[in-house]
Amino acid sequence: MNGQLLKVEGVSKRFGGVHALENVSLYLEPGEVHGLIGPNGAGKTTFFNVMTGLYRADTGQFSLDDQPYRPDAVHRVAQAGIARTFQNIRLFASMTALENVMVGRHIRTENGIWAALTRHRRARKEEARTRDMALQLLEYVGIGELAERRADTLSYGHQRRLEIARALATEPRVLALDEPAAGMNAVEKQQLRELLDRIRGDGRALLLIEHDVKLVMGLCDRITVLDHGQVIARGTPQQVRQDRAVIEAYLGAGAHD
Amino acid sequence: MSLAIAFTEPATRARLGVLLFAMAVLIAPWIAGHAGGNAWVRMLDFALLYLMLALGLNIVVGYAGLLDLGFIAFYALGAYLAALLASPHLLTQFPALAALLPDGLHTSIWLVVPLAALLAAGLGMLLGAPTLRLRGDYLAIVTLGFGEIIRIVMRNLDRPVNITNGSKGIASVDPVHLFGVNLGRTQELFGFKVASVYLYYYLFAVLAVLILLACLRLQQSRIGRAWMAIRDDEDAAEAMGLDTRKLKLLAFAIGASFGGVAGAMFASFQGFVSPESFTLNESIAVLAMVVLGGMGHIPGVVLGCLLLAALPEVLRASMGSLQQWLFGQVLVDPEIVRQLFYGLALILVMLYRPAGLWPTRQENLR
Repeated sequence: MNGQLLKVEGVSKRFGGVHALENVSLYLEPGEVHGLIGPNGAGKTTFFNVMTGLYRADTGQFSLDDQPYRPDAVHRVAQAGIARTFQNIRLFASMTALENVMVGRHIRTENGIWAALTRHRRARKEEARTRDMALQLLEYVGIGELAERRADTLSYGHQRRLEIARALATEPRVLALDEPAAGMNAVEKQQLRELLDRIRGDGRALLLIEHDVKLVMGLCDRITVLDHGQVIARGTPQQVRQDRAVIEAYLGAGAHD
Repeated sequence: MSLAIAFTEPATRARLGVLLFAMAVLIAPWIAGHAGGNAWVRMLDFALLYLMLALGLNIVVGYAGLLDLGFIAFYALGAYLAALLASPHLLTQFPALAALLPDGLHTSIWLVVPLAALLAAGLGMLLGAPTLRLRGDYLAIVTLGFGEIIRIVMRNLDRPVNITNGSKGIASVDPVHLFGVNLGRTQELFGFKVASVYLYYYLFAVLAVLILLACLRLQQSRIGRAWMAIRDDEDAAEAMGLDTRKLKLLAFAIGASFGGVAGAMFASFQGFVSPESFTLNESIAVLAMVVLGGMGHIPGVVLGCLLLAALPEVLRASMGSLQQWLFGQVLVDPEIVRQLFYGLALILVMLYRPAGLWPTRQENLR
């Protein structure tokens, strides 16, 4: 029996007079790939930002693994077990690929100033383990041979992968991806799909904002559709595809006639 | 052929570099002393003090990416602490204290240095706390103001109770005593007479090397990586779970503590402190060393320091005689030529090597 891994209930967020989100709820099961779609300006990224602590919700309840969490500080959300990537890739540009992933390990490791200065045995052990795990993660996303390259010298597709590896390094229960396929060519998209399938197979839940309908329909188990800050449909890809409200939202009223 | 490859191997090259650097550090004062007498050795002493400052500032600016224009405040704090704890000034102001300490106030350097580091670290956090939300230029302005506040406080803290002796400064600060040896006097070592400036040189060199090693170790650590992540992209760093407030405070504190140590050394070396040693110009000079050499890259910072600390003095010393030789007379005041070259050098570096003279790894792949 699968419980609910991530439970977000009744989230509202207003910017002045604009209701960016109105009573939005969303549930994620372990191993599920959940798509969050909607026309431009529907509130997808706002929802992402609220969920990950970048914006503070006006109302709403959040829990991860039956443990309520308060998304009131970005770094605490990551510590709770939700990692994210960004719509426009945001890597640590001057650091190597390996170092980027090692930063992802930060919250799961302990070495402090004393450890850095003395490099005692336990500190060296932790550092070596961090390095090994980071290398493994680079291999996992398929860019192991680029470990020593500066992040900003990587190709676009590789940067996307690196960002995912860095997020995975925080050992997230939920991985939230903001338009991971944006700007990718067909080959890169296919590879991305294989990677996301593998991550799902490892028992993490994925939340995906994506415009590429083919990717979303092919990959997601369930989909939530937002429009004007409200949930207008949810269900399997098939259900959503045939939903009148969804078709209207995307193509305008009367389009289905 | 194989030898050439061996010397281009990064590990070998690094080891060779360290060896050469160590040798250069050891013999530098003797060469300088031979060429220009004790004044030049004294210049090297100051270069080492600047190096400690630049390494401290490099943690804040180079690693964590926090532009700090008031760094000299921590230097001032260390200097005034050493001056107060090891000079007759406090005792003349507070007779009750003088009665308690009939031999005068001569705090050991072993206590002054850790105290200076701790106090500066505390002040660093105090400055850091309200500025955590500020980024870039705004942070620079606040830190600039902070640096000036400290200097002005030092200048005016002679009333109602005379603590810093105002703009007159505090004189007769004890020289450093190490293991019973007074570094302020010429000492005899194996039959050699070693002047005070040489003794201080080696003390400063040891401290600078310790700080340098600490910086290198910090750079390649979990904390160092976290700082650089914040420097590169603060939002992404936060999304990775990094507590950016805590990490920034840590950078401020550690950078400041190095500045405090350098300050305490400065006071003991000079025997005198006054607010005029801690002007905004000094903050900028230290920042220029870090930026000119290559932010976040230790060899670059060392180079920047050597150049900017030594170059003005060398120019000052040589410009007069150079003009004599070229034109038969001194046409322009050497002091003005010196400043001209100094400014010109900074502008040229920023134009042609914007990342610094010796920046951190740069890849020109593919």
